[in-house]
Amino acid sequence: MTFKYKNVYINETSTITGPFEAKGPLGRYYDKSYHDLYMGQKTWEQAESKLLEESVELLLTKMDKSKQDIDILISGDLSNQLSSTNFAASHLSIPLIGVYGACSTSCLNLAIGANMVEKKQVKNAICSVSSHNSAAEKQFRQPVEYGGPKPKTATFTTTGAASAYLSQVVSDIKIDSATIGRVIDMDMKDAFHMGAVMAPAAAETIMTHLRDTNRLISYYDLILTGDLGKYGKEILKGYLISEYALDTKNIDDSACMIYDLEKQPVYAGGSGPACIALTTYGYIIDQMKKGKLNKVLIVATGALLSQATVNEKMTIPAISHAISLEVSK
Amino acid sequence: MEKSKYKQIVANHTPKENRLYNSLISFIVGGAMGIIGQLLIEAYSYYFSIPTAYASTFMIITLIFIGCLFTGLGFFDKWVNFAKCGLIIPITGFAHAMMSAAMEYRKEGLVTGLGSNMFKLAGSVIIFGVVSAYIFGLLRILVIGG
Repeated sequence: MTFKYKNVYINETSTITGPFEAKGPLGRYYDKSYHDLYMGQKTWEQAESKLLEESVELLLTKMDKSKQDIDILISGDLSNQLSSTNFAASHLSIPLIGVYGACSTSCLNLAIGANMVEKKQVKNAICSVSSHNSAAEKQFRQPVEYGGPKPKTATFTTTGAASAYLSQVVSDIKIDSATIGRVIDMDMKDAFHMGAVMAPAAAETIMTHLRDTNRLISYYDLILTGDLGKYGKEILKGYLISEYALDTKNIDDSACMIYDLEKQPVYAGGSGPACIALTTYGYIIDQMKKGKLNKVLIVATGALLSQATVNEKMTIPAISHAISLEVSK
Repeated sequence: MEKSKYKQIVANHTPKENRLYNSLISFIVGGAMGIIGQLLIEAYSYYFSIPTAYASTFMIITLIFIGCLFTGLGFFDKWVNFAKCGLIIPITGFAHAMMSAAMEYRKEGLVTGLGSNMFKLAGSVIIFGVVSAYIFGLLRILVIGG
């Protein structure tokens, strides 16, 4: 399903990260970074909530707006029952739509926001996501201090929060269209190989988007996938080449860009909803404003697992949503 | 795409784990742990003039204490990540698993957090340790009569 937009723009973005992201190759593109994973809070969960709240407040400060000016906040994270989002929103007191799409949330909430702005149901919307390495590690894997060995294909959850302000007021970055993907299940069961789980969902969403918009893959300067990682990126390319005979040279993955895979202990790369959001709102939009990129397809990917389903040896379904961004003329 | 065809693409792009290297590191570190344990037993029985059986208990207590302390100080997870089963299989791994879970869940309360989650990782070791001790004890009685 692809939605086409005539008048939806990203007017401003904000990005806040943890220490690992700040030391990564894109460190200088973020608005603010913390050097400690607790961010002055008592628990990982509170730390993530604070990141999210701060990213929205920073966005408002950058735009010189107050909370009362915002019609709706569309936000999501990885924590159970979206608790980081809910606590942040309780302090922000902006009407909230909480969304869960695992690591695909950042594109899902942009699509929802863009639809509402396009139809003039709201005059503006803030779309936010967050993830926190230790909070995710605790919830999905093992206690943080355990640090058990992981295979090379494992990914490292990004710590950070990113927000975008959407409205019909013309700016440099236009949201051209959004494609909502189907849930794809290829019988993958390895929770330490999320790239293999999510690559088919990304491939199908890219293909659907190209068909629906009647575009060639070369239309885009860059197709940026979410958090497939070093190996997942190659699997995606292998899939697109063998199934659709596509030229995949303009595909890159934010998991491989957000960290220095050689020097940082992040296995196959970054993951989490904040991974692609930080890369896009920090780096990609900057490159678009500088004229280095014109048309970019952002393809966020999410693995829809819970700890119970993994322990019950069930397969891991995956989903992917795409947002097409263009420099407005 | 066919699921079997996709499995092949995944296999083509999935790196092999370096099992030989990992086993070697585990073997050396695990062996070193054994030597440290034995030295502790010798030292305790020599300096405190106690039987070896008592000295081994003291050795276990010492290693558990050190494992817990290093986990608490925040660097044992990096050692475990490097040495893998070399530190997980010895008693230090058990101590580390309990301590890291206790640290993680203490903020969720003494009973609902720490108490009920402390054995989250180590619980299996105790359960299956008891079960296998029972089975092997039974086998021993049946085969060699006690």
